[in-house]
Amino acid sequence: MSKISLIIKREYTTRVMKKSFILLTFLTPVLLVGMISLIVYLGSIKDDKIKNIVVIDKTGMYKEVLKSNESYHFQFTDSSIDELKQQDRKESEFAALLYIGNDLSKDSSAAVMYSDKQINLELKSYVAGLLNKYTEQQKLAAYNIPNLKQMVEKSRTDINLKTIKWGEDGKEKEGSAELALIIGMITAFVIYMFIVIYGAQVMSGVVQEKTNRIVEVIISSVKPFELMMGKIIGIALVGLTQFLMWVVLSAAIMFGVSSAVSKGVDPASFEKMQNMSQISMQTSSTIPSDAATAKLQEVMTAINGLDFVQIITLFIIYFLGGYLLYASLFAAIGSAVDNETDTQQFSFPIMIPIMFAIYAGIFSAENPDGPLAFWCSMIPFTSPIVMMVRLPFDVPFWQISLSIGILILSFIGTTWMAGKIYRTGILMYGKKVSWKEMWKWLRY
Amino acid sequence: MPLLEVHNVVKQYAGHRALDGVSLEVPENSIYGLLGPNGAGKTTLIRIINRITAPDSGDVLLNGQKLTADLVQQIGYLPEERGLYKKMKIGEQALYLAQLKGMSKNDALKALKYWFEKFEIQAWWNKKVEELSKGMAQKVQFITTILHEPKLLIFDEPFSGFDPVNADLLKREILELRDKGATIIFSTHNMGTVEDLCENISLVNKSQIVLQGNVADIRASHATNTYKIKTRQEVRMDGFDVLEEKNANGFFESIVKKDLADSNNFLLQKLMQQTEIFSFEEILPTMNDIFIRTVTGTIN
Repeated sequence: MSKISLIIKREYTTRVMKKSFILLTFLTPVLLVGMISLIVYLGSIKDDKIKNIVVIDKTGMYKEVLKSNESYHFQFTDSSIDELKQQDRKESEFAALLYIGNDLSKDSSAAVMYSDKQINLELKSYVAGLLNKYTEQQKLAAYNIPNLKQMVEKSRTDINLKTIKWGEDGKEKEGSAELALIIGMITAFVIYMFIVIYGAQVMSGVVQEKTNRIVEVIISSVKPFELMMGKIIGIALVGLTQFLMWVVLSAAIMFGVSSAVSKGVDPASFEKMQNMSQISMQTSSTIPSDAATAKLQEVMTAINGLDFVQIITLFIIYFLGGYLLYASLFAAIGSAVDNETDTQQFSFPIMIPIMFAIYAGIFSAENPDGPLAFWCSMIPFTSPIVMMVRLPFDVPFWQISLSIGILILSFIGTTWMAGKIYRTGILMYGKKVSWKEMWKWLRY
Repeated sequence: MPLLEVHNVVKQYAGHRALDGVSLEVPENSIYGLLGPNGAGKTTLIRIINRITAPDSGDVLLNGQKLTADLVQQIGYLPEERGLYKKMKIGEQALYLAQLKGMSKNDALKALKYWFEKFEIQAWWNKKVEELSKGMAQKVQFITTILHEPKLLIFDEPFSGFDPVNADLLKREILELRDKGATIIFSTHNMGTVEDLCENISLVNKSQIVLQGNVADIRASHATNTYKIKTRQEVRMDGFDVLEEKNANGFFESIVKKDLADSNNFLLQKLMQQTEIFSFEEILPTMNDIFIRTVTGTIN
């Protein structure tokens, strides 16, 4: 076995066998899926307690309009606000008080809701929806045009603007800007995270070898450059392993959870749930019910429209390129300092472009073909992150290949530079290092 | 032919010259001492021999061949700053270092088994370095240095930090390795071990070699022409000086000094004329004396 592969093997196995690595690799997807399921679960729980809403209707017009449902029960009363205020509210057990002082078609702000606690949005929109609809009809009726109600009903539309991209071969692809944005941001953020986490691992690995004083023993057998590259490549493989494990585990857990859920729910109650949601949609919003399914279909076709093979391939290329670029700089810094605490002062200037890249990425998402997006996806220190954001918006091929080319040349350059600093740095002890000093080592 | 030749090596660092025209020859199957005060350039020279740093000019030849990366495999090097991976198991670590030196896994395992048995440390195989004492770690480091049976062994300050028991063990192992055919270079401050072990030395001071050669010859050449004698009666000056004299249990013990030109026999004849001689011994300077005299002499 060649020496560099021995080093890669050691760096890889010692890290992958660590308890913390195994724990993090297996727990993260569980936590992630767990959190998502928790959010979904909590959102799906309905407050099954019926809430009483006391209504003081001065006009007497709205008794028929405010219909009680499973959650809200409307009680009409003749008492005045002040009387209700005086009551011991703990005894009275009403969640809110709705006061309608005037005809809403004349005075749209005549309805007020009082409550001890902040009124939740669902209740507010439910009541407002009912009142709105009734008032609308009232106003329409006031025009005295026959069949006006039906005409309006018919003219109600929801424009569903499809976005279709023209592929180079003229093939039409349906796209979704929102989805592209989400995928771009996620992949960019993962790259950012991996560069920071594994770059820091490279740095602390180098510092440890130096403080352990094992480095001189090793470089009497291998070249310093081989030791550095072995470490960088070994840790890159650790990162890729973790990433792939996360993808596979998340997918497996998602699949497991979703199949368990669909088995657990009996079809009858599922149907009931669907009916309920349709009813509430009709009452509370103006979107026709089949628009929701259309929306879902749109997302599905948009997902199918994305070129996942391209995204994953380029993700791996940009991850490796960006990682190699930064890891070599982290290695150089690790070699120059004597202990872990000194690394902070030197790693700060390296962290700045990474942080800048994530902000540039966020702004590029708004205008993926703008000058900021273009230049930041060419500059190698930001391109791995910014290009990932732009990628789902179909970047021209020449830009991708130019950006990758620049990235490759740059990491060859930084690795070469880092190798020179590293070679001198790892054998220096007890010397306060400055940037000037490191510049000198570069030219030895 | 010498095993290792260093020809006129110069190494310049920003601000100072670490080595200035250093040359030396290490005969095969001998023990060679590299002496010198701290900062003289010993470690730089050793690093150049190990190809860890490159000289600005000059050559290093092993067996008459210019030293290449492949030939460095034939060197075993125990640096002054030595350590091990703290979290790694001893056995794995020794195996890893041996493979880095180019040994195959099987050969390395066999050799490790032999040495672990010899040092009676088989029980440590699955322990981590952080569980071991410093002395224990030193044994492991020594084994990893010599495991691949290098022709040339270089120990940088091997005795620093070793407890007396381990230092003695190390000394015996060094002699045994020499008897088995290895050539050994070590740098040290400990002049006692130089007299015990080394056949030849180089004394480096301020980036240059100020003294070089066979230990016995060096000591002889630094002779002060003084002798320790034991006689029945007091001795008087007669063509020689009496530096010290004392009466001990009916004998007189004196230190006398003859002229450089006179022979030992001349001194003996003069003494015999005066009294009966019970013992006669030349006082040779210790390497420690020579070291201090040479180093401070060059400073002045």
